[in-house]
Amino acid sequence: MSDATIDTTKGIEGVVEDWSADKQTFGLPWGKLMMWIFLVSDTFIFSVFLISYMNARMTTTAEWPPTSEVFALEIAGQHVPLLLIAIMTFILITSSGTMAMAVKFAYEGNRKRTFQLMMFTAILGASFVAMQAFEWTKLIVDEGIRPWENPLGAAQFGAIFFLITGFHGMHVTAGVIYLLVIALRVRRGHYENKGYHIVEITGLYWHFVDLVWVFIFAFFYLW
Amino acid sequence: MSNVAIADQPDDSHHPKTFITKYVWSQDHKVIAIQYGTVAIFVGLIALVLSGLMRLQLGFPDSFSFIDPSAYYQFITMHGIIMVIYLLTALFLGGFGNYLIPLMIGARDMVFPYLNMLSFWFYLLSVLVLLASFFVPGGPSGAGWTLYPPQAILPGTPGADWGILLMLISLAIFIIAFTMGGLNYVTTVLQARAKGMTLMRMPLSVWGIFVATILGLFAFPALLVSAIMMLLDKTIGTSFFMPAIISLGEQTGYTGGSPILFQHLFWFFGHPEVYIVALPAFGMVSDVLATHARKNIFGYRQMVWAIVAIGGLSFVVWAHHMYVSGMNPYFGFFFATTTLIIAIPTAIKVYNWVLTLWKGNIHLTTPMLFAIGFIFTFTHGGLTGLFLGNVVVDLPLSDTYFVVAHFHMVMGVSPIMVLFAAIYHWFPKITGKMLHKGLGKAHFWITFLGTFAVYLPMHYLGFLGVPRRYYAMGDTDFVPASAQDLNASITVAALIVGVAQLIFIYNLILSLRKGEKSGPNPWNATTLEWQTENTPPTHGNWGEHSPVVYRWAYDYSVPNTLEDFIPQNIPDEAVAKESTTSKSRSQENGDKS
Repeated sequence: MSDATIDTTKGIEGVVEDWSADKQTFGLPWGKLMMWIFLVSDTFIFSVFLISYMNARMTTTAEWPPTSEVFALEIAGQHVPLLLIAIMTFILITSSGTMAMAVKFAYEGNRKRTFQLMMFTAILGASFVAMQAFEWTKLIVDEGIRPWENPLGAAQFGAIFFLITGFHGMHVTAGVIYLLVIALRVRRGHYENKGYHIVEITGLYWHFVDLVWVFIFAFFYLW
Repeated sequence: MSNVAIADQPDDSHHPKTFITKYVWSQDHKVIAIQYGTVAIFVGLIALVLSGLMRLQLGFPDSFSFIDPSAYYQFITMHGIIMVIYLLTALFLGGFGNYLIPLMIGARDMVFPYLNMLSFWFYLLSVLVLLASFFVPGGPSGAGWTLYPPQAILPGTPGADWGILLMLISLAIFIIAFTMGGLNYVTTVLQARAKGMTLMRMPLSVWGIFVATILGLFAFPALLVSAIMMLLDKTIGTSFFMPAIISLGEQTGYTGGSPILFQHLFWFFGHPEVYIVALPAFGMVSDVLATHARKNIFGYRQMVWAIVAIGGLSFVVWAHHMYVSGMNPYFGFFFATTTLIIAIPTAIKVYNWVLTLWKGNIHLTTPMLFAIGFIFTFTHGGLTGLFLGNVVVDLPLSDTYFVVAHFHMVMGVSPIMVLFAAIYHWFPKITGKMLHKGLGKAHFWITFLGTFAVYLPMHYLGFLGVPRRYYAMGDTDFVPASAQDLNASITVAALIVGVAQLIFIYNLILSLRKGEKSGPNPWNATTLEWQTENTPPTHGNWGEHSPVVYRWAYDYSVPNTLEDFIPQNIPDEAVAKESTTSKSRSQENGDKS
């Protein structure tokens, strides 16, 4: 089966070869391509959310609350804006790093290290969700912000905040479960014969969730 | 890094053993396709009955006590949403997409059969949730299929309590189902083709379904997000789409939302949706025309790029549905321009269909009749689209029966003509039986002529200014009394066309039980699905050896060959050639034959 493997030529020629090929367009396992297409589709979901948010923020007549004040923490009497969000963002981006290392060790066939790094990634993801829960509690209990009303200004502030961060939080939660399932299967040696593309596919999803967070962070907290 | 292409992997599929895994929880793309198709046709019939009820009220107002204004609006809403989403989208992509993609590209199944199976069951669930709204207090939603807020969720609109909730939930489930299927279709087309099947050798059916699925994966997110936001507006009182508004004399709790935002999101989905329905139809009709005209499709590459161009353009035209909603005139200019640009690739396709027929050896079989009928209805609907794409012409015609006639011609009747063509064309492969010819032709002529009897007068009603979505005209000065006579005649025609579909259903059942055997390739077609070992194809499609493809999909009437078609999996050496003497004779005769 000498023609079974496909060399990936670089540059424009590679693109032309990909598109005129028979059997498969891209030299990828189908699972990876499927994840890429899903992520593009999911990008549209988050884009629509963010565009709706921008539209609401620009058209609403009531005042938009000052985000850096709303998302501030009191630490030892000090007023620190955006502290919690900074930590959450840091954790999520760190988890992308550990995930990338897990992919490297998976392709090297180091099952133990892969398992450990994937579990560590999952723990970081879970702690992100936990901090998000803390932030929600603070907004709901202390500030009195609800999806349908907002004592600080525009009602859409609460609605969109809970909707977008909730939707993203669901993605992170799903990602944590996904990571746990795959990590346990890696430890069991489930992929010894199939190959470890699945770790990279999981990684694609995880990096996507992190990337989306960067946009949410920029548009919602920093604007 | 390298990986082994699916076409080069050994066939290690596990064949299902029990009845349940074979026909119910089946992961076979062909069984899933039939499941999708059956459910879609079933809900389509419900929507057809609803349209008949609407026509009864419009043609003979106040004659039917059971059609009150609420019921009328509920019929409109459910008719529209079922036809567009649960019938057309599901039958083209879930039905024919599932059936044709693996067979036409020479794959054994979709890349992820389990997800494919889930896709069908989610689709069935979404249909059940939608139909459940007929049985809840207040009945189904009567908001119109576009579900515009604020009226969709305010009291006063029929079904504003339960119907709209079930509608939105059902749409969300449908989108999940579509995503699971759609990821499969796209990945299968890209990664699971047979040896020799390059993208530019694929039949146009696959191209149409492929691009339409990509459109769906990018457009449905907008509907999903707006459905979620409207659900929250309805259930917990957020104000995404709801402005501060007084309803039934009371101030609602809503404040500061934007109804126009919903319209933008809806049509960002809604316009690509037109092409999600139309592109598979374009592709399938191309294959039917080429096969039954015994001629290669004219301008294959143009056809492919036209499909891709239409798909791309469909994302930048959405606001032409919103000219009367109010927008900056520059936006109107932009969207009118992009809309009219779509006419170019579309016209290329129509010319190429006609040029495919030119000097072809046309066999007027039932599928061919429907395919030619499609060229008529589609051209008709496309031309009225030019009226509505222009802002200034659209403004007086907006919300009249002209619009109703236009979109029914272009995205109702036309895709359905192709669906019929496709069913008559591929039924022999799906079941191994031919559909009855006489019944098929009767079905075609009544449907085709009836279509014009229904929709031509509607254009005229539109010019008169008769508004659409009105339960009854009441006292209007500008609508002459004769409009009512036209309405009555439309209703009679619509009912005849509706009843005529029973011929089709009867034909399906009769032929399934007693139809004549079709053999593997009754139309002498070239594409791979007609070259399977068994008819109907069994699980795994190809038996032991996957097919190898040597040519494009349209080698019909190739000069100097014995037969007038060469299947895609026949190598050049194996093509039966005419002997040299007859060859020289045919050259002498030249164009005389």
